[in-house]
Amino acid sequence: MANKEKDEDILEQISNQEYEFGFSTDIEMDVLPAGLNEDVIRFISQKKNEPEWLLEWRLKGLHTFERQAMPDWQNFEMPAVDFQAISYYAAPKKKEKLGSMDEVDPELLATFEKLGIPLNEQKILAGVEELQGEKPQVAVDAVFDSVSVATTFKAELSKLGIIFCSISEAVQNHPELVRKYLGTVVPYSDNKFASLNTAAFSDGSFVYIPKGVRCPMELSTYFRINTENTGQFERTLIIADEGAYVSYLEGCTAPKRDENQLHAAIVELIAMDNAEIKYSTVQNWFPGDKEGKGGIYNFVTKRGACRGKNSKISWTQVETGSAITWKYPSVILQGDNSVGEFYSVAVTKNKQIADTGTKIYHLGKNTRSRIISKGISAGFGQNSYRGLVQVGSKADNARNFTQCDSLLIGDLCGAHTFPYIESKNNTATIEHEATTSKIGEDQIFYLNQRGIDTEQAVALIVNGYAREVLNQLPMEFAVEAQKLLSLTLEGSVG
Amino acid sequence: MLSIKNLYASVEDKQILKGINLEVGAGEVHAIMGPNGSGKSSLASVLAGRENYEVTEGTADLDGKDLLDLSPEDRAREGLFLAFQYPVEIPGVSNINFLKTALNEIRAYHGKDPLDAKSFLQLTKEKQKLVEFDAKLVNRSLNEGFSGGEKKRNEILQLAMLDPKLAILDETDSGLDIDALRIVANGVNKLRSKEKSFILITHYQRLLEYIVPDFVHVLYNGRIVKSGGKELALELEEKGYDWIKEENK
Repeated sequence: MANKEKDEDILEQISNQEYEFGFSTDIEMDVLPAGLNEDVIRFISQKKNEPEWLLEWRLKGLHTFERQAMPDWQNFEMPAVDFQAISYYAAPKKKEKLGSMDEVDPELLATFEKLGIPLNEQKILAGVEELQGEKPQVAVDAVFDSVSVATTFKAELSKLGIIFCSISEAVQNHPELVRKYLGTVVPYSDNKFASLNTAAFSDGSFVYIPKGVRCPMELSTYFRINTENTGQFERTLIIADEGAYVSYLEGCTAPKRDENQLHAAIVELIAMDNAEIKYSTVQNWFPGDKEGKGGIYNFVTKRGACRGKNSKISWTQVETGSAITWKYPSVILQGDNSVGEFYSVAVTKNKQIADTGTKIYHLGKNTRSRIISKGISAGFGQNSYRGLVQVGSKADNARNFTQCDSLLIGDLCGAHTFPYIESKNNTATIEHEATTSKIGEDQIFYLNQRGIDTEQAVALIVNGYAREVLNQLPMEFAVEAQKLLSLTLEGSVG
Repeated sequence: MLSIKNLYASVEDKQILKGINLEVGAGEVHAIMGPNGSGKSSLASVLAGRENYEVTEGTADLDGKDLLDLSPEDRAREGLFLAFQYPVEIPGVSNINFLKTALNEIRAYHGKDPLDAKSFLQLTKEKQKLVEFDAKLVNRSLNEGFSGGEKKRNEILQLAMLDPKLAILDETDSGLDIDALRIVANGVNKLRSKEKSFILITHYQRLLEYIVPDFVHVLYNGRIVKSGGKELALELEEKGYDWIKEENK
């Protein structure tokens, strides 16, 4: 009896817990009326002063999208999404063209400040001088609804030949690079939501690291959905040329709204010979309320291509937000000796759903991959790991190791695993390990007996469970992610 | 220090403790012995506040504070420490991080600031040495992959670090070889002081050769049926528990 009461208390606590980033910003916006058609796509393209080839490509995306059926293989009931009820373009009204950070609307600066994302470069730079050698710098591209509002440290980075800007700017200033790589990893017809993104993508980040350059600071994009009834369709393209290295992080939040909002992004990574890209995500979109009302549909296509030999792409994701998280950050291991990694922590509570995992395609010889997935389910949350490891006929000596763990908190949630393994080469080594565990009363009592209350005990246990993944994050984000995990699961004991 | 009066407790409607009376003064070491199933470990669990035990009657005060009214973590913060018979493993949580969290929680309860990193490390080093704890184990995940002996020694390290008023050692000697037993006992002996009290729950007299108690009690069928000095333990060793059972039919 006592147990049951405690469970109910706790359920109530989780439900009542506030989403910290649920505020909205009151700012004048240019919002396109809801609806999706050729005119809308032409409007977006024109607004961005895009070349003809890009408009043509967008239209191909639109026409493909219109033909494609909704996917039906996922492990959840696909919510009805009315694509005509969404506005495909929302941008803060600009007073005049922005030349420097000082001209960014103070309201926007304040919003990102509130989110803990400093866009005031002067301030950061001043601080950095004092702390030189101690605190690593982070360059930020801030995306507010459909557009990038500010990118910091651009000038610093350009001295090294690094291009870090919004993708709209890249289209204007580096059209040859964009044209060469855009859509080469995720084709416009890849899946329904990728086609939609191809048609309607509004902004996102662009990164090019030239040959032999090691990017000296973390690059990051911070995505913020603000306006009601809009979707966010950003597109990120990162290219690490021969021998280059970059570590990249994205963070996301959105205000609390009763309606669901769609986030259908695409991320493409390209690593040439001996290049390495490390891509980390801390995703905390609004997850909806305890009844499952509202929240973001996070339907994202992320894929990296290890084109060159000895190249490496590593995905790390901490997914705590969104009503539905549905994505499989993947790696195509084309180059010989290339390496792909996927580290994931996905948390679902209340009525959240996650159907996530990865796809690794071993094409080159001696290619290696490592998959560590940690699912955590609480409340009525449903967590699915879905992973594909495919070894092609030429991928001699390919190796894969997969570990896929599920942690259950309470007995109303669920964990599911769908591993797919396809090998056409008999020299391949593929290992798969899976465990499911519950947070034990014994563990909690043990920590209680040492003076640690139950909430903190759960936070400790969960962070311990996710340690292997959190360790992959850049230091300052690992601390954030750890806090986020603790906050997300505050009070959720079974 | 600890005052237990007429304590009754049950698990799932089964009466386990049937009127325990026990007074433990500051600085005293009490041994509680008894045959299997007599309620020794249940007494420890009830005092520490394990959830599935229901107290139906009686009181237990620690320095005048009603223990039974407190949450398990507050009992710990008030200075009650239980060295577990089966310490749990918590993967991914480093021993040192756990110790720091526990120590600072207890400090916060008493209105003290958290210990800074340097003082904490110094304290850890000092206590580690005192209880002969392997430095390598401090950075490992809490009890994960520890041998039985290492787990028990980790309990003693925690005891040293958290510095409680009253420590209950629940069958800490079980499963220990003679060397480990000696190390654990040495640790406890070094921690003995005028302010700190101990309750040693044990089945065998062996532990009491190393940690000499001031009082020995025999628990049988949920009640303390016999109390005496350290010589009582020897008597039990010699005669076994049958005569106790016989006397209390």
